[in-house]
Amino acid sequence: MRFIDEFRDSELAKVVVCELERLAQGRHFRIMEICGGHTHTIYRYGLHDVLPTNIELVHGPGCPVCVLPMGKVDDAIAIAKQDGVILATFGDMVRVPGSQGSLMDAQADGADIRMVYSPLDALKIAQQNPDRKVVFFAIGFETTAPGTAVTLLQAKKLGIKNFFVFCNHVLVVPAIKALLDSPETQLDGFIGPGHVTTVIGSKAWEFIPRDYGKGIVISGFEPLDMLQAIYLLVRQIVEGKPRVDVQYTRAVRPDGNLKAKAVMEQVFDFRETFEWRGLGWIERSALKLRPEFSEFDAEMHFDLPQRQIPDPKVCQCGAVLRGTILPWECKVFGTACTPEHPIGACMVSSEGACAAVYQYGRFSRKVRELLQR
Amino acid sequence: MCLAVPALVVELVDEANQIAKVDIGGVRRNVSVALLEDVRVGDWVLVHVGFAIQKIDEEEAKQTLTLLRQMGQLDEEETSAPAGSGDGSKFAPI
Ligand code: SF4
Repeated sequence: MRFIDEFRDSELAKVVVCELERLAQGRHFRIMEICGGHTHTIYRYGLHDVLPTNIELVHGPGCPVCVLPMGKVDDAIAIAKQDGVILATFGDMVRVPGSQGSLMDAQADGADIRMVYSPLDALKIAQQNPDRKVVFFAIGFETTAPGTAVTLLQAKKLGIKNFFVFCNHVLVVPAIKALLDSPETQLDGFIGPGHVTTVIGSKAWEFIPRDYGKGIVISGFEPLDMLQAIYLLVRQIVEGKPRVDVQYTRAVRPDGNLKAKAVMEQVFDFRETFEWRGLGWIERSALKLRPEFSEFDAEMHFDLPQRQIPDPKVCQCGAVLRGTILPWECKVFGTACTPEHPIGACMVSSEGACAAVYQYGRFSRKVRELLQR
Repeated sequence: MCLAVPALVVELVDEANQIAKVDIGGVRRNVSVALLEDVRVGDWVLVHVGFAIQKIDEEEAKQTLTLLRQMGQLDEEETSAPAGSGDGSKFAPI
């Protein structure tokens, strides 16, 4: 078993779709997939084309690059432009527009910006360049934050003095709570983020059926995983028994990864509040370094503009991230805003909904129909 | 960003620093296993930004596939079986 091909069997997928069609008959279902990775599976494998039309998939805010407001990109650029600094970050982040261009533009202007695969690579750059200040621009949800935490523990253990973290880790659960509290949100249930949940555990989602009376199924990322998860969620809705079901049982446990949670707890503390693109300020929805790690905290060490910058007027990323419009309903989708010339972050990130639709979904039957409406 | 890929642990390279060599679809690379307890050669793990974040349970994966396959089989049986068995409850929640 390689845990990939087995979950891409198209014959089996047909069977699941047939079952789903039967089960879903007679009403409309509005389902949000929280994670951007799922959005990509949906378009990449054409799931939106094979699903019954009465199952409507709404894309959620689960793309850490997309939810970061423009001001944060400006802050990162301000750090990168200081003398002697190397700014390291994930590839997805460098093309996201700030108010005066992206990190890539800053690089063209002479800033030293390096793309890394892992926070540990950023630490290595610091070790190799003792006369430079190396700042890791950390983004990501609970899947990614434990890695940053381990890297900081390592930096402390090794006594490295020229390594800093600009911490922008955010948390999924408070964001979904905020979404559920908004009167705009009209959803029947959720497909839950598989990889975040490998860390936080499926119990973390119990508030959704308990407090909001809606169901959630934690799903894996292969096409069959998602079809099965949608099936299980539709069944919950039809039966009128919302609960937390786990489809991705091969990796998700009720308590998640205890060691990863402990490491996060050791290194990070909650921010009182944090601004999300599209969702606004959400209490205790992001992480900062604990005082014991302040020597590594880029916010303590560098002057940041910390300005709040509204998105450009034509940009509807906020509405896309809240699931109130679909990507192609944005006025500039595919015209002024393309992956080559993105206006919003959702068109840049490999998990952004606009990028997914642009890359795989543009010519599909259903998208075309909807565009012509 | 939250992409994590299945990888097979092929060697424990540096136990003190908790580094293991994994095989990701034929490509080998070192990853940190500091976030997991008791990783052994032959374990399957999910790798994200250079860290193994969770072990993959093969038995569970097999069960998931069995449930998927049963959907079709039950469907066939159902068409020949007497009415009253189509309430869906035989698909045990996973
Ligand atoms: S098309 Fe561009 S501007 Fe419009 S929502 Fe998508 S990323 Fe934002």
